[in-house]
Amino acid sequence: MKIPYYPGCTLKTTAKPFEDTTKAVSEVLGIELLEMPRWNCCGTVYSLASDDLMHQLAPIRNLIRVQDMGYDRVTTLCSMCYNTLEQANQLVKGDPEKLEKMNSFMDQEKDYTGGVTVVHYLTLLKEMGFDSLPVKNPLKGLTVVPYYGCLLLRPEEISIDNPERPTIMAELLAALGATVVDHPYKLECCGSYHTVDYKEVVCEKTYHILSSARKRGAEAVVLSCPLCEFNLDFRQKDLEQELAPMPILYFSQLLAVSLGLFDALGFDQHYVDPEPLLKEKGLLR
Amino acid sequence: MIPKISKETTLLDKTEELSGEKIFSCHKCGKCSAGCPVGTLMDVRPHQVIELVQANDWSVLESRTIWLCASCFQCATRCPKDVDLTRVMEALRLLVLRENFDHIRISEISKEELRELPPVALVSNFRKCTG
Ligand code: SF4
Ligand code: SF4
Repeated sequence: MKIPYYPGCTLKTTAKPFEDTTKAVSEVLGIELLEMPRWNCCGTVYSLASDDLMHQLAPIRNLIRVQDMGYDRVTTLCSMCYNTLEQANQLVKGDPEKLEKMNSFMDQEKDYTGGVTVVHYLTLLKEMGFDSLPVKNPLKGLTVVPYYGCLLLRPEEISIDNPERPTIMAELLAALGATVVDHPYKLECCGSYHTVDYKEVVCEKTYHILSSARKRGAEAVVLSCPLCEFNLDFRQKDLEQELAPMPILYFSQLLAVSLGLFDALGFDQHYVDPEPLLKEKGLLR
Repeated sequence: MIPKISKETTLLDKTEELSGEKIFSCHKCGKCSAGCPVGTLMDVRPHQVIELVQANDWSVLESRTIWLCASCFQCATRCPKDVDLTRVMEALRLLVLRENFDHIRISEISKEELRELPPVALVSNFRKCTG
């Protein structure tokens, strides 16, 4: 399968291991990710003001690029990019007047016709069937909790799963052979961008999310958002007195391990190194 | 200090226009406040924000709440009356930010933090907190 791929800024920087492992996995699964030419930052947050079309231009311009490539779907990894692109997409699909205004403003581009769908990579995997994944190195003995956070699931219109009772990541991890436990903080916001201006709020959220996960027996937390990753991982630096280190992993990293792909794991880019845990479980080569 | 805002139209009208929400739909069940991840840290709880807007009380713009809201869409998803409080919070922030006001000072972020923070964190924060 060939599909256009929208990386977003953070997948090229602090979340490089997320991209690298997904690329390695995709190759094995026969998913050809076509990185979009001239993609631009989506803006990271969807603008919620009724009169603001200016901030909808960036996501829609990316969808025009997909259209130009001759495809009607685009996949992305970052939860924030997914959310922003698809919310903007649904806005213009449902409001021809706004779409027309934006199209005439972007007169250097071809008109966007509203024919593109944004598909999160997890959805793509689910479509292929988690049970069909060629798992070589099952994650036996590893107990994990999925952490969904906000933007894969909310608002409801763009949710990749049931917004209050999601199971998609749990299903994937179970198919990889891991023991998956549920925990009550799986949907709770980590404090998001307040990591910049209210760091203490994010530390508090991180403490609650991780201590709840640990109480349920989790040895690692698995997620899909580079901002959640930073908050849950790097903010542990300020919680060393309160919390034993908890490794935070992108789902694609565990997928790579389970498929026996060890070359691009990028664990050196984490604050809490997941390697000792995975070694202890005999999961790394 | 927040900037002076022209009060020619009412706060209720401005908020409804900017957010696209119908503020009097709220029946004060409190579900928004119950589920808010930062609700306990707020000076004005989410359902009280609605009450203040209903009462045209401009002091809501001086609350810590509108800046603490993390735009997580939890309240919007759970509201039984379809009031999208995430949009209401954004409208209130914008009433302040559009007066050319910045809630954060970028120059005060340490070099060390700037080096470490992911681009998504910085871009989203600046989008939500600077005018
Ligand atoms: S959940 Fe909705 S109806 Fe209930 S108090 Fe909040 S805004 Fe009002
Ligand atoms: S969007 Fe804001 S007010 Fe609503 S639950 Fe999230 S943090 Fe609270």
